Order: sequence, then structure tokens, then C-alpha cells
Amino acid sequence: MRHVIIGSGPAGVVAAATLRKADPAADITLVCGEAEPPYSRMAIPYLLKGEIGEAGTHLRKDEDHYRRLRIGLVRARARAVDTAARRVALVAGGDLYYDRLLIATGSRPSHETIPGMDLPGVHSCWTLADARALLAKARPGTRIVQMGAGFVGCIIMEGLLSRGVDLTILVRSGYMVRRMMNPTASGLIRRWCEAKGVKILTHTQPKELRSEGGALQVVLADGASLPADLYLSVVGVDPNLDFLQGSGIAVGQGILVDPSLQSSAPGVYAAGDVAESVDCLTGKRQLNAIQPNAVEQGRIAALNMAGRPVHFKGSFVFNVLTTLGLVSSSFGTWQGTPGGDSAEVLDEARYRYVNLQFDGDRLIGANCVGFADHVGAFRGLIEGRVRLGVWKQRLMEDPTRVMQAYLAAAHSVA
Amino acid sequence: MQKSLHLDPNKCTGCLQCEMACAWENHRSFTVAKSRIKVFTFHHEGRFVPYTCTQCDEAWCMMACPVDAIRLDPVTGAKIVLEPTCVGCKVCTIACPFGTINYVAQTGKVQKCDLCGGQPACAKACPTGAITYVDADWTGLGKMRQWAGKTDTNPATV
Amino acid sequence: MAWTKNVLRVNLEAGTCTTEPLNMAWAQDYLGQRGLATKYFVSEVDPQVDPLSPKNKLIFVTGPLTGTMAATGGRYSVITKGPLTGAIACSNSGGYFGAELKFAGWDMVIFEGASPKPVYLLIIDDQAELVWETEAALQKHHQDPQLRVAAIGRAGEQGVLYAAIVNDLHRAAGRSGVGAVMGSKNLKAVAVRGTRTDAYHLADPEAFFKASEAGKQVLAAHGVTGQGLPTYGTQVLMNVINELGALPTRNHRDVQFEGAMAIGGEAMHEKRPTDGKANLVTNGACFGCTIACGRISRMDPGHFSVKDKPQYHGASGGVEYEAAWALGAANGVSDLEALTYANFLCNEDGFDPISFGATVGAAMELYDLGLLTKEQVGFELPFGATEAMVKLAELTARGEGFGKEIGLGSRRLCAKYGRPDLSMTVKGQEFPAYDGRGLQGMGLAYATSNRGACHLRGYMVSPEVLGIPVKMEPQATEGKPAMLKAFQDLTAVVDSAGICLFTTFAWGLSDIQPQIQAACEGDWSEERLLLVGERIWNLERQFNLAAGLTGKDDNLPPRLMKEPAKTGPQKGAVSKLDLMLPEYYQVRGWTPQGVPTPETKARLGV
Ligand SMILES: Cc1cc2nc3c(=O)[nH]c(=O)nc-3n(C[C@H](O)[C@H](O)[C@H](O)COP(=O)(O)OP(=O)(O)OC[C@H]3O[C@@H](n4cnc5c(N)ncnc54)[C@H](O)[C@@H]3O)c2cc1C
Ligand code: SF4
Ligand code: SF4
Ligand code: SF4
Repeated sequence: MRHVIIGSGPAGVVAAATLRKADPAADITLVCGEAEPPYSRMAIPYLLKGEIGEAGTHLRKDEDHYRRLRIGLVRARARAVDTAARRVALVAGGDLYYDRLLIATGSRPSHETIPGMDLPGVHSCWTLADARALLAKARPGTRIVQMGAGFVGCIIMEGLLSRGVDLTILVRSGYMVRRMMNPTASGLIRRWCEAKGVKILTHTQPKELRSEGGALQVVLADGASLPADLYLSVVGVDPNLDFLQGSGIAVGQGILVDPSLQSSAPGVYAAGDVAESVDCLTGKRQLNAIQPNAVEQGRIAALNMAGRPVHFKGSFVFNVLTTLGLVSSSFGTWQGTPGGDSAEVLDEARYRYVNLQFDGDRLIGANCVGFADHVGAFRGLIEGRVRLGVWKQRLMEDPTRVMQAYLAAAHSVA
Repeated sequence: MQKSLHLDPNKCTGCLQCEMACAWENHRSFTVAKSRIKVFTFHHEGRFVPYTCTQCDEAWCMMACPVDAIRLDPVTGAKIVLEPTCVGCKVCTIACPFGTINYVAQTGKVQKCDLCGGQPACAKACPTGAITYVDADWTGLGKMRQWAGKTDTNPATV
Repeated sequence: MAWTKNVLRVNLEAGTCTTEPLNMAWAQDYLGQRGLATKYFVSEVDPQVDPLSPKNKLIFVTGPLTGTMAATGGRYSVITKGPLTGAIACSNSGGYFGAELKFAGWDMVIFEGASPKPVYLLIIDDQAELVWETEAALQKHHQDPQLRVAAIGRAGEQGVLYAAIVNDLHRAAGRSGVGAVMGSKNLKAVAVRGTRTDAYHLADPEAFFKASEAGKQVLAAHGVTGQGLPTYGTQVLMNVINELGALPTRNHRDVQFEGAMAIGGEAMHEKRPTDGKANLVTNGACFGCTIACGRISRMDPGHFSVKDKPQYHGASGGVEYEAAWALGAANGVSDLEALTYANFLCNEDGFDPISFGATVGAAMELYDLGLLTKEQVGFELPFGATEAMVKLAELTARGEGFGKEIGLGSRRLCAKYGRPDLSMTVKGQEFPAYDGRGLQGMGLAYATSNRGACHLRGYMVSPEVLGIPVKMEPQATEGKPAMLKAFQDLTAVVDSAGICLFTTFAWGLSDIQPQIQAACEGDWSEERLLLVGERIWNLERQFNLAAGLTGKDDNLPPRLMKEPAKTGPQKGAVSKLDLMLPEYYQVRGWTPQGVPTPETKARLGV
């Protein structure tokens, strides 16, 4: 059995190892689209901070890992997939034939459509190559204008500031991390960042970038202009689907998959940021561009590819974020649901906040700031759709007792 | 056969000797805030529940780690955190649905039970026999449920 | 080195928190907790100070073994000048609060002055700040599962003179009105979170583990600490003391209570006919405690006192022996559920069940004698009136109606109604649960206790009832002054070390000394420790004398001196205090007036 995996991010790497375990005799090829050993994007913030070297970002630390598991690494980018011929065409020429194909090409930064995005000094922060370029240019005093304060935008701030740069953040909406955090949590994060010397301009968006005298001018919608040495664009991500055009594989926002993570094309699976599966809470189709989802899907897709039917039960979005040392997290339907109850505690002075959202007596979402103990229980309660019974009321009164609620309601121990 | 920690809330008195032992083992301090095993007090029910990682088969934490900092100890079956490799991203702390791997701000790393390499300090310290290290194949979620089922009160109604 | 060497000084007037290094020379002389804080207190406070004035200070303090794996190493004490007695007050509590304070890096917190508005102290490791907040906000903070809180309740706010400081919901620095002093300072609570791993260090970890492990084994093997206390709590004593004829009943009119069986440790285990459940849910431990004597009780939800109050239907701190006695035998009530409810209120609203129950007993006697009327009280108040006792607990907590008078304690109550002799107190503090006629040594212990009547200053019950360390006949007087002195000094050491006095059922100084020695820098031989204990005792005495107390206050109420025990094995007995007191002064190295001689002071360096 020939297994080909396109993409050597966490989804691809976990899939490869799982395949080997499940199918000792299989032929496994892992297509790496970047000129690096398989690495983790999530580790980039720590590379920027100087806490780890490049090797620290590698997904497997054991150098022998791939050879030992007989996983063939191929440095190449896929150009097209021919599902009839079960063939992947590579950009540099040549083809790879498969019996089972996993598409784990992840996502890439969304592109802003303003003039000047091709100027030197305009960067993103998504790949190791991006990180290298930033490291080379970000020096004490370097003026960086960062567009976007989403998840990635927030998480890289500390690395940038640790290099002594002068950082200005532009936020299109009124709120930082608005896809993850409610206005209260977002407001705490903003206040925290500002206290640490970051300039944050909300409701602000550039209309053009210009190059003037070796520096950039970031021209804002109101005509004002910010000088910058670097313009960092982190406005969101889109799945890497382009090479699938003409393949006949059905796509929506991402590759549409069934519960076995198989796409519309038999034998072709998808996992990770690129796959559009279902939200286990709402039942709606969604992309879920988070690391735990990527590895879980990588594992399940691989088992199915190896002929061991396992269903993916759907996932939901949860994330933990450290912004200049302030830990926050977001789970599930943190926006709440119509008719559902919610509860919160807020200690503004100490940057502590917990907000819970319920549907009946089930927890469906949460936002936390400065609260990091036993946060896994949020996942346990939400994903397990655990009926809280009397603990619903207790959580309404004291939202911080989540771990107790979890033990009592999910494990019947109290 | 691999051994696992058996935690029995029916015997626990909430003395926190286990937490101190764990904190000492790993931080050379009795500061229970640093313990990997936690005893939860259910005041209303009059119950103390010791709880830590069951070294579950799914190993969500290990799977989620982006930098390979959580490994399997082949001798004990424990999932152990390699501190020098951990970058402190905390994704494991939200991936483990049991809430048993936690971030330690002082070290900037996460920590979880590592079974003390096969000599659990908590079990040794527990004066009531509420923690024992036993031959049993009840690690993992299903087994945890089994453990839970052994207790005598019904959660959602009391 | 088991000290954090940090003192937090909080000026409530100015709203400031400052840090100062612990006086290590004093630590070497007074060890920690009770002794060390007393040294600070005596050095800083005018003995004549009005206890409820801003000039009084209030000290929260831990010991060197607090927050260690030494069995029961979780204690803290509160030291101040007591409003009931005008003497030094030192009240000791377990739970988890003390250890947390230590982990945050503090040996001691000294409160000075009074706050202009309600305030609480929030300590998160080395950060301490006073927070002004409304009650609702404060409670939300209480609910933070990470915080350990010691707080006063309504009783402390209402000026109940025996208000307690309650930590971890049902552990209390219960006696001597330390909560009233806290309330007078407008200080509502101390909330602490300690996460430091460098807060303190053990001098010799290896020796410490060896010594503490050995200590734990001794506790486990002993009948009292290994079985009696975990199974029955201190309530193991109820039937024992009753049968011995030393259970003060109905304001000490009697020495045996016909209802003892119904309110004792065994009764707590019995299934109730009403709902088929036992009062006792489980036993619970304080921090580090391998004995686990704590009672966790759940009430009969159908009981009249809580029928319509679901907030009392969950488990909470159940009655200990002293509480069961005071709420029960002392006023003739034998309804365990009612006692449990009153005890819940004591925890929730923060007042001492011993002083409260004993004061109710005194009020019942005044009522019985016609000196108090139904009109004055608001309802009938005969001995044994369960509903009246319950009602008074509620009123006292709220500072309403006749509860206001009960809240002043039995000395003030009996004086007001013309029979000061009926107040069963020493130095203004109510007796606990042993009759000084039945147990002669306890009588002497009460009379000489530095904080007023108290069983925890020299527990002569040990030799007189349990035969620990040697058996002494209850009615004997011989050797008791010397034995009491030894107990008092040892107790002062234990109270200064950070461990629980109950360990001494099984532990002698030789079990404790190696643990202190391994934890602390310096030489802590047994001789030196006993000297520390004696030094503490004499320092407390000095303070009391300077505060205006004299040897005349080392007395017992006339009832114990003159009215013979009516029934039981001690029938006919009165206290022989006058036989023992002079000898006691002598073994203490005090003058016949009860004043430490210059030689004694010089020997001890006080
Ligand atoms: C700075 C940063 C911080 C982050 N922090 C977090 C976090 O804290 N928590 C969290 O849950 N998530 C985080 N994420 C997101 C997380 O990294 C992704 O969800 C995860 O990497 C998805 O894994 P994947 O395997 O699906 O895709 P990817 O990791 O994106 O891997 C896809 C791989 O496919 C390759 N590829 C793409 N196209 C082709 C092609 N045509 N041919 C061949 N190869 C191709 C890519 O080069 C890449 O190697 C972060 C991302 C970034 C950039
Ligand atoms: S920390 Fe959680 S996910 Fe990791 S092994 Fe333990 S229980 Fe499993
Ligand atoms: S086994 Fe060891 S690491 Fe795990 S909880 Fe117990 S003491 Fe801590
Ligand atoms: S040591 Fe044992 S009895 Fe004590 S808290 Fe831990 S589990 Fe409970």
C-alpha cells in the first residue's frame, strides 16, 4: 500500500507515524513543501523570543525519527492531484503515485489587497523563512507596524518586543483577538499590552504602503501616515487549496471531508487546517485551524487510510494564548447561544477573568484571562457535552470552580 | 504489568501530604501550589478527591505538543515532560480533557505527573491508603470511569 | 531556616503594607508562632491598651513547622489583647490558611491601627495590599478556589466579645475574642495565595524526613491519634468525661449530663430515624495532618432549625467535643441536630461555641432563678430549651435582641443581672468542657491559664483521664502543680512550632524535638525547648500583670470552690485550688503573689 502525505506540518507528521504503527509494511511518503525538516509553526514565537533555536521548532527531536519509521521525506511542492490516476504532480516536475493520499497542506497567511504589499520590508509571520527574515531585521529601535491583532498577531508580540523594537499595532475592528475573545477579555488584553508599551490603534486600517527614503510609509484610511521599517501583515489565514483546482475534490472553505476524513474523492483524505469538517458543538461545517485539531485529524485520517475505520467526532475551537506574558484562553461557543445562561467573574486590577456560557445545563464555551489552572477541564466538559446538574448553579455562582464541576459531573467523584 | 496510581476519594481526608510530597519531589519545596496531584475539596458533599494524570492511552497532551517535549516513559508508561524542550506554549494544557497538565509560571514550562519514575512519592506519603500504586490495567479514560463508578455518591444530584 | 524571615506589617490607619526582616535573635529565644508573636506583641503594645481600640495590635503568625510535611504542620495563631479578659489572647487554628501564608513567604502579619472603612488584606506571594470592597465583592474573592481565607463573620462585625476568626470555612482561631479585635479594626478578612518555592528552606532535609516520618508512625500506632480521634474526633471524650463525673452540666450545677449519649461521638455515627443517615459524613484533616480528627457533618434536612434553609443542608464542619458540650450539656440541650446547626452558625458567623454555649447556660440559670424574664429575653429560656438555644445562636450572630447581651459573655451578663458568682469563667473567659471539681489538675490549669479558662494551655485531662504520660488520680493534688507546669511549657513549645497540640497524645518532646532541630537552624535540644516554653509562659504572665491582672485573678468561681459535685465518681468534690496554687507559684519561681521573681526573670531572660 502506497501512502502519500502532502504537507509535513503536525497533521502530516502525526499521520505518517500513525500509519507506520497501523500498517508496518506500507510505503509512506511525506511531501515537505518547505526547505526545512518538518517543523511546527507554533514554535515560531519562541524562536523569535530567542528561547529556542531553529532545531527547537522541529516536530520530532529524534533526528532518526523518519528513517527509523521508514517514512520517505520528499522536498517538493504539489502542483496538482489527478484522482483518477491516483497521482500527485509536483511543481519541480515528476509525479508521486498513491493508493491513499492525505492532504495536510495547512494554511497560509491571508493576503491584504492594498497597493504596496510587494514592497521590500513587507513581511508575514507564518513560516520559518518568515521568522528568519524578521530576526534579521528586527533590531532595537526598528519601527514595526503590525496589521492585525488576531491570535498569531498577539502571540508573536513578545518575541518582537524582546528584540527592542518600536511596535505599533493596527486593528481593523474595535477589538483585539476578536475571533477568540469577548469584548471584556479583549479589553483586558489590550490594556495589558498598552501597559507594556505597545501602541494599539483600533478601527484603523491602511489603504496603501509606500516606499520613501528607504523606509515604508503606512498610509491609513484617514490619510495619516505612519513611518515604518517593517510592515508585518498578520490578518488571518486561508487554507492551501489552490493546487486542487481541477482535481474534482469538493471544497468549501476547505476540503470537505466525511466522518472518516475522506474527501469526495475515494482514497483521498484531508486533515488539519486545510480540512473542513464539523463543529461537534454546533454540527456546522467549519475550518478549525488549531494544532490539537491537526494532530487529532492526522491520527484519525491515518487510521482510516490504513483500513481501520475510526470516526472523527468533530472538533471545536479552543485556544490558549500568551500575550506579553498574559495567558488567556478561549473555548467553543464563547459568544454564547440564544437563551443560554452565562456567568463571569472579573478582577480587572489583577487581569483575571472567567466567563462561562451554557446551553441548558451544559457548558458550551468559555473565555479566561489570567486563569490557567486545570483549563483542560473546559475541553472535557464542553467536548464531552457533560450534563452539569447541580453544578450548573454552582458554576453560575462561582465560575472558577470548573475543575470541581468537571470531576463531579464527568467522573461522579463527588 | 505496568502499574498505575489508584486514587480512592473514599479514603482521602484532605491532608495534602501527597501534594507536599509531590512538590518536594519536583521542586524541593512543600508549596502545594506546585504539586502535580491535586486534592479537590467538595465542601457541600464533605468529600476530598485526589486527582492527577491517569497516563491515558490517548495521551492528548503528548500528541498536541508541537515540539516533541512530551514523551512516553517505556518503563512506567508515564507521559513525561522534557522541561528543556518544552517551550511553554500551553497547548497541551487545553488539549488534555482531564485538566491534569498545567503551566507553571515560574519555570515557564508545563508539568504533569510522571509517576516519579516508578516510585510515586504521593503514594508513599499518603497516610490513609487513598493513593496506591498498583498492578492494574485501568489507565485511560474508560478505566477512569470505572474508578469513578466505584465511588458511592451520584454527582449531579447531590 | 524553616522561617521565611519576613514580617508583613500592615497599618490599617494609613492603609500601608511594609516588609521587615524577622528578628532572628527573638526567633532563637521564642521559636515561632505563639512565642515569637507574643514577644513582638509585648514589645510593641502598651499592656493597658483597650483591647478594642486602634492601639491594640493583632498578629497572625505561623511556626517553623507550618507548611512542612511534619504531621499536623499547618497551624497558625492569632495574638492580641483579648476583649473578654483584658489578658493576652492567643488563639490557634488549623485548616490550610497557615501553610498558605508560609508559602507566600510570611512568618507573621502584624496589624496596627484601625481602618476607616471595611477592608481586607490580599496577599499573593510577596505582594500584599489592602483592598476596599463591598461585602459582595469580597465574597466573590473568597470563592476563588486558589485563595485561602481567614475572615470574621457577622459576630465579629457586631462586636460579639468572643467572636472568632474562621479560616477555610470551618477551622477557627476560636477563643478569646480575637475576631472581635479584628472587627474593631474594620478588617474583614485576610486572603492569601502562596506559590513560592523559595519561601523558606529546611536546615537538614534528610534528617527532617527521617524525623517527620518517625513521628507519623508514632501517631498512626497510638490508640488516640491513630484510631480514637479519626473515628470519633474529640467527641471520643463525651461519654468518657460524663462517666467520670466531670462533665459540667447546666452552668456547672451538675457534673453529669443525662443527654451525653445523645450528643457524643458515637451518636454522630448513628443513623437518624428521620432520614436514615448519620450526622457524620466523614472525618477531615487540616493541612498536613495524618490524624484527621475533623468532623464533617450533614444535618437532617427535616430538622426544625433548617427545614426551610437549604443552604444548611450540605455538609460542613460538625461539632467537636468542646462545642457539643457547650451547646449541649452546658445548657441541658441534647438534640445533636440543633447543636450541629448552632455550630454551623458559629462557623459561618464567626463566634466561639464554647463561650456562646456557656453564656447561654448562665442565662438559663438566671432565668431559672427569676433574675431574667421572658420579657427581657423575648422567649422562655429554661434549661434544656433546644429552640431557645438555636434562636439565641441566630440572634447573637446578628447582634439582635437578647443576642446582644449573650454576645458580651457570661461575666458581663451575670454581673448585669446581679449574680457575678454565676459566671462560670476565669478572668472573664468561659470554661470549656471539664469540671474543675472532678479533675483537680484541670481546675488549676483553668485558674492559671494566661488567656482565661482554657483547656489548651495545660491539658491535665491527659494524665488525669487518659494516663498520658502517667496516670494521676482525678482528685489527687499531689504533683499536679509540677505536672501542670511541664504541660504548660510543653504546650507553649508545641503552639510555637506550627504543629497541633493533639499530637501530644502520642508525641513526647523527644518526638517533636528532632523535627524542629532538622527544620530550624540553631541548637534545639529538649532542654532548650522547654526553656523556650517556660520563657513564653512567663512573658505572657508579665504582660497580664502589667495589664492589671494579679494573682487574685488566678481563681475559680465560688461554685467550684464550694458546691460539691452532686453525682458520679467525683461526688462531693470541690476544687482544691487553694492547696495547689501556692505550690504552683513556687514551682514556677514566682512570689506567693504570683509574680515572677527577679531570679526567674533573669534565668529566662524576660
Ligand atoms: C506563529 C504561529 C503560532 C501559532 N500558535 C498556535 C497555538 O498556540 N495553538 C494552536 O493550536 N495553533 C497555533 N498555530 C496554528 C498551528 O500552527 C496550525 O493550526 C497547525 O500548524 C496546522 O497544522 P497542519 O499540519 O494542518 O498545517 P501546517 O502546519 O500549516 O503544515 C502544512 C505543511 O504543508 C506544506 N504545504 C503547503 N502547501 C503545500 C503544497 N502544495 N505542497 C507540499 N507541501 C505543502 C507547508 O509547507 C507545511 O509544511 C500557530 C500558527 C502560527 C503561524
Ligand atoms: S496529562 Fe492528560 S492527556 Fe496527558 S497523559 Fe495525562 S490524562 Fe492523558
Ligand atoms: S506520581 Fe510523582 S509526579 Fe505524579 S503526582 Fe505523584 S508525586 Fe507527583
Ligand atoms: S495524602 Fe492521601 S489522605 Fe492526604 S490528601 Fe492526599 S490522598 Fe488524601
